[in-house]
Amino acid sequence: MRFMMLMIPKGYESAAAGTLPSADAVAAMMKYNEELQKAGVLLSLEGLHPPAMGARVSFPGGKPRVVDGPFAEAREVLGGFWMINVASRAEAIEWASRCPGGENEVIEVRQVQEMSDFPPDVQEAAAGFTEMQQAPSGKSKGKGG
Amino acid sequence: MASHETHRAIDAVWRIESAKVIAKVARMVQEVGLAEEIAQDALVTALERWPQTGVPDNPGAWLMAVAKHRAIDYLRRRKLLALKHEELGRELEMEQDMAFADVDEPGSGDDGADDYGDDLLRLIFTACHPVLSTEARIALTLRLLGGLSTDEIARAFLVPEPTVAQRIVRAKRTLAEARVPFEVPGPEERNARLASVLEVIYLIFNEGYSATSGGDWMRPALCDEALRLGRVLAELATQEPEVHGLVALMEIQASRAKARTGPSGEPILLLDQNRARWDHILIRRGLAALARAEALGGALGPYALQAAIAACHARAPTGADTDWQRIAALYDALAQLAPSPVVELNRAVALAMAFGPATGLEVADALLAEPLMKNYHLLPSVRGDFLFKLGRLEEAHAEFERAASLTRNLRERELLLARAAACLPDGTPRLG
Repeated sequence: MRFMMLMIPKGYESAAAGTLPSADAVAAMMKYNEELQKAGVLLSLEGLHPPAMGARVSFPGGKPRVVDGPFAEAREVLGGFWMINVASRAEAIEWASRCPGGENEVIEVRQVQEMSDFPPDVQEAAAGFTEMQQAPSGKSKGKGG
Repeated sequence: MASHETHRAIDAVWRIESAKVIAKVARMVQEVGLAEEIAQDALVTALERWPQTGVPDNPGAWLMAVAKHRAIDYLRRRKLLALKHEELGRELEMEQDMAFADVDEPGSGDDGADDYGDDLLRLIFTACHPVLSTEARIALTLRLLGGLSTDEIARAFLVPEPTVAQRIVRAKRTLAEARVPFEVPGPEERNARLASVLEVIYLIFNEGYSATSGGDWMRPALCDEALRLGRVLAELATQEPEVHGLVALMEIQASRAKARTGPSGEPILLLDQNRARWDHILIRRGLAALARAEALGGALGPYALQAAIAACHARAPTGADTDWQRIAALYDALAQLAPSPVVELNRAVALAMAFGPATGLEVADALLAEPLMKNYHLLPSVRGDFLFKLGRLEEAHAEFERAASLTRNLRERELLLARAAACLPDGTPRLG
């Protein structure tokens, strides 16, 4: 089973553009990351720049509207995530519990959906979803003669 | 926390910690079977206490401490017993005193709570020791390193639970009787011992991978477990190119898991698979592991070569983009390193794709005298394909029919008969 561990650092919603974690924080987190890797459960991990450098696209009336960050209304934003492969939800929670998280940090544990989780009619409606999800990026689709 | 939640948490902690605890205790008592019993005792203690006290802040350290105390108790008792037999010889006693010196005081002479790597590596080498049968190695590895219960192992291998339990008991006894030391093998036997470890991991992977449809849910879990073990080993034996080669091979093969069967469970051959359904996270990991193997230098071993072949497919956006010349060259290397008729047949296919069916047919024809290929349906199937492409339809027809008669897979048989029929002139019934 694949799980995302979503790191939600309080305060990150209003962090200045270019804010990066300190060397100490990175060192502590690297130790944890290594633990995940040594246990053979880590699939991938990423950190995200603060929302001040991002944008939100909403769809009022079905039309896209772009708002640059930071987002005044946001109370929780992502700081990064890990994707892990484990045998159970409890194991994912156990791994999240071992993170050297700070007082202001929350990790949300969420299972990644598999196509087999859905009933057949939804699977049919979603035909091609996996393809879209995993289409090779950055490659020209055109085939030369 | 509700009791059942605590039990689930304990299961999770056990899965993460059991191998480390067993490895540490085995280092102390120098016996894997006993170490597992002591670790199990610690687990039972947790199952008794945690529902009342709650899961401790550092559950791994808690389990380790309880297990270590039990191990020390055991060693003290054994030492006392030895003292009682003083008349048997002071020398023996002194020897034992020295042996116990570093375990009598927990914390001193200890290699630190985090540095469990060496012990874990010893445990892997011991569980996969060549003194054990292949089946015993597999069961013991899953039990000691995967934390799987005998019931889970039994379901994964579709055998009765008592059979697995027996296998594990006998394996532990064999290790004890053979006085297999709890250590990482020295340089002179390291390669052979590592080969045994890699074989066990790959067998576990294939056991899960070859069950294509309708299998017990435990079987896919075997692939996951083999991959996990491979990744763990890759971080313990970072300088072994074949470890990274095997991990690369498993990651790339696993990446195709969702594309290799059709809606009704029929197998889909690699070249016919929808590549958009390949798992690109696993492909990326596989290519990275292969790069690690290559970066260590030297000629690639059999696993790394197979991974390199798998990588050629993984890198090709479509079947038509496949670099068959490189695949043929890799099969050449593999055939020299680990020659087998099956590798040779694959080499023939790659050569045919790269340089035309006549080249492939030459290699395939050389296999006709091979006794192991006598009843192997893929040889006539492959020859039939080459002959068909060369326009030698009569011979192709005979080969496809022969292949159809040899395969035990119904769907494959239908496919081969259809190919055989396609070799005949339209609508002309075959005479004679």
